[in-house]
Amino acid sequence: MRALCWVGADTLEVRQVPDPELRNGHDAVVRVRRSATCGGDLPLLAGRVPDLSVGDVLGHEFLGEVVEVGPEVRGHRVGDRVVVCAGVACGACWYCRRDLPACCDNGSLDPEAAETAWGHPVGGSFGRPRASGGFAGSHAEYVRVPYADVGAFTVPEAVGDDRALFASDAAPAGWMGADLGGVRPGDVVAVWGAGAVGQLTARAATLLGAERVIVVDRYPDRLRMAERHAGAETIDYRHVDVPAELRERTGGRGPDVCVEAVGVGCDGGSPRSLADRFTGRAERPTAVREAVHACRKGGTVFVLGEFTGFVDAFPLGAVTAKGLTVRGARQHGQRYIPMLLERMASGELRTEHLATHELPLEQGARGYALFRDRADGCVRSVLVP
Amino acid sequence: MGRIARMAGGTVASAVDALAARARRAGRGTTGNDPGGGRWQVVTVDRTPDEVRPDGRWPEPLRRLGDAVQVRVRPAPGCRGTELAARPRPGRVPPGLAAHLVGDDPGAPVRAALRQAKQLAETGEVLRADRPAMDRAGPPG
Ligand SMILES: NC(=O)c1ccc[n+]([C@@H]2O[C@H](COP(=O)([O-])OP(=O)(O)OC[C@H]3O[C@@H](n4cnc5c(N)ncnc54)[C@H](O)[C@@H]3O)[C@@H](O)[C@H]2O)c1
Ligand SMILES: [Zn+2]
Ligand SMILES: [Zn+2]
Repeated sequence: MRALCWVGADTLEVRQVPDPELRNGHDAVVRVRRSATCGGDLPLLAGRVPDLSVGDVLGHEFLGEVVEVGPEVRGHRVGDRVVVCAGVACGACWYCRRDLPACCDNGSLDPEAAETAWGHPVGGSFGRPRASGGFAGSHAEYVRVPYADVGAFTVPEAVGDDRALFASDAAPAGWMGADLGGVRPGDVVAVWGAGAVGQLTARAATLLGAERVIVVDRYPDRLRMAERHAGAETIDYRHVDVPAELRERTGGRGPDVCVEAVGVGCDGGSPRSLADRFTGRAERPTAVREAVHACRKGGTVFVLGEFTGFVDAFPLGAVTAKGLTVRGARQHGQRYIPMLLERMASGELRTEHLATHELPLEQGARGYALFRDRADGCVRSVLVP
Repeated sequence: MGRIARMAGGTVASAVDALAARARRAGRGTTGNDPGGGRWQVVTVDRTPDEVRPDGRWPEPLRRLGDAVQVRVRPAPGCRGTELAARPRPGRVPPGLAAHLVGDDPGAPVRAALRQAKQLAETGEVLRADRPAMDRAGPPG
């Protein structure tokens, strides 16, 4: 089959690779109809993540049609239109049974790699390096889906492909940021980053009853989208002192919940200086720092952005002094996706505007270049094999 | 007198504390420089001890290591399932594995077997990687 492979820093190529096979009783094989780019792919694309190998297939947000099921699969049949959670989890371990599937003990092919990186094995993911699961990515004609009964969800007829696609990763991530960030009716919520994840965090906060939602970014087209589709207020951080502005807009209190949806993409954090690179000093998580600084006393900072390892200059003192809760997670999608699909079906949650660029798989490299450079208003490139 | 008793009491109490702490540490698998076989590798299985050892036998991935390993189970605190622990016996090599392969890290096959035993008990199977292209018959695609 054809697949979009990483072949070196900033270089992608469509190659012929072997078709996926059923390897476990709980596996399904899905023929991909839509597969999206994600901010989390950018450090991989740039070659900043050590254990990615030449030929690895990228992509983890996808939707498609079941074409094969293993003998243990009960909930799906050939022909089902499914959206697949970007995270791989078994559904049967202590973490899965407590609604923390991203912490799954059995979701990775290389638990030792994750143990080395994070201290413990964590749930897997498609299209990432080995420490994140070791499963081939979705920018391909077919994908093997392990634990298909747990991670694949039948899409209601009323929900179109370009809406349901976002139930794979960006929507559950955003929902989780607002939910586990503890958003309650009447809250003021600030969101750093107006990519698909930030915008869907803002929308989730509104649906959970936040009185005001403020989104921070530097791209006017993304900020306009957050205003129009999530009903958010916005701050363009190029022109404004963000903490001062937030203080003023929140009566001096600061937002009750601050969600960081930036990570270390091409423009996330402050660029590393030559000296930093030479001395090996870690990146500075600018948005997390700002969130900690701005958050009201006793409030919560939720970190959705992915960091490849260590960060420098984290304002730990403020966490203690202000009594903050700092929490992070990879999305526990299995817990939210059925509810999100219902909201999509009822029209409460619309996401298709985020699929700004639809391209054939063959033009995957171009799709990533548009997404990386935020060119032509690109928020997500969606590849169609 | 009272003061001496208090002191003596204090001393005994701290000695007991120290023993208890040592027992707790040992129980947790921190054997430090225990010459008996090194550190225990442990996984917690989200199942009862009976489910972890159906028919009272060790799960297959551990049986495969024969008596090259010591194995034990105990219930995990707070309904967290079962702690399944194993460690290599010094100088013994699991059947089917060349000594030079495990020589560097005799814990590695033990950890792998524990993980597989846990996955089997929890999910019914062990995750398998995709087959490398080289191992497949016929042309790709
Ligand atoms: N936790 C999860 O499960 C999960 C799931 C999906 C994505 N993510 C992560 O969430 C992050 C966002 O994902 P995305 O796909 O929306 O990414 P994206 O790259 O499309 O968007 C990131 C946005 O952050 C903005 N930004 C950069 N620096 C900023 C700053 N200092 N202040 C405010 N905004 C800033 C950028 O301009 C950009 O619009 C990534 O790190 C991604 O890896 C996490
Ligand atoms: Zn993603
Ligand atoms: Zn699990």
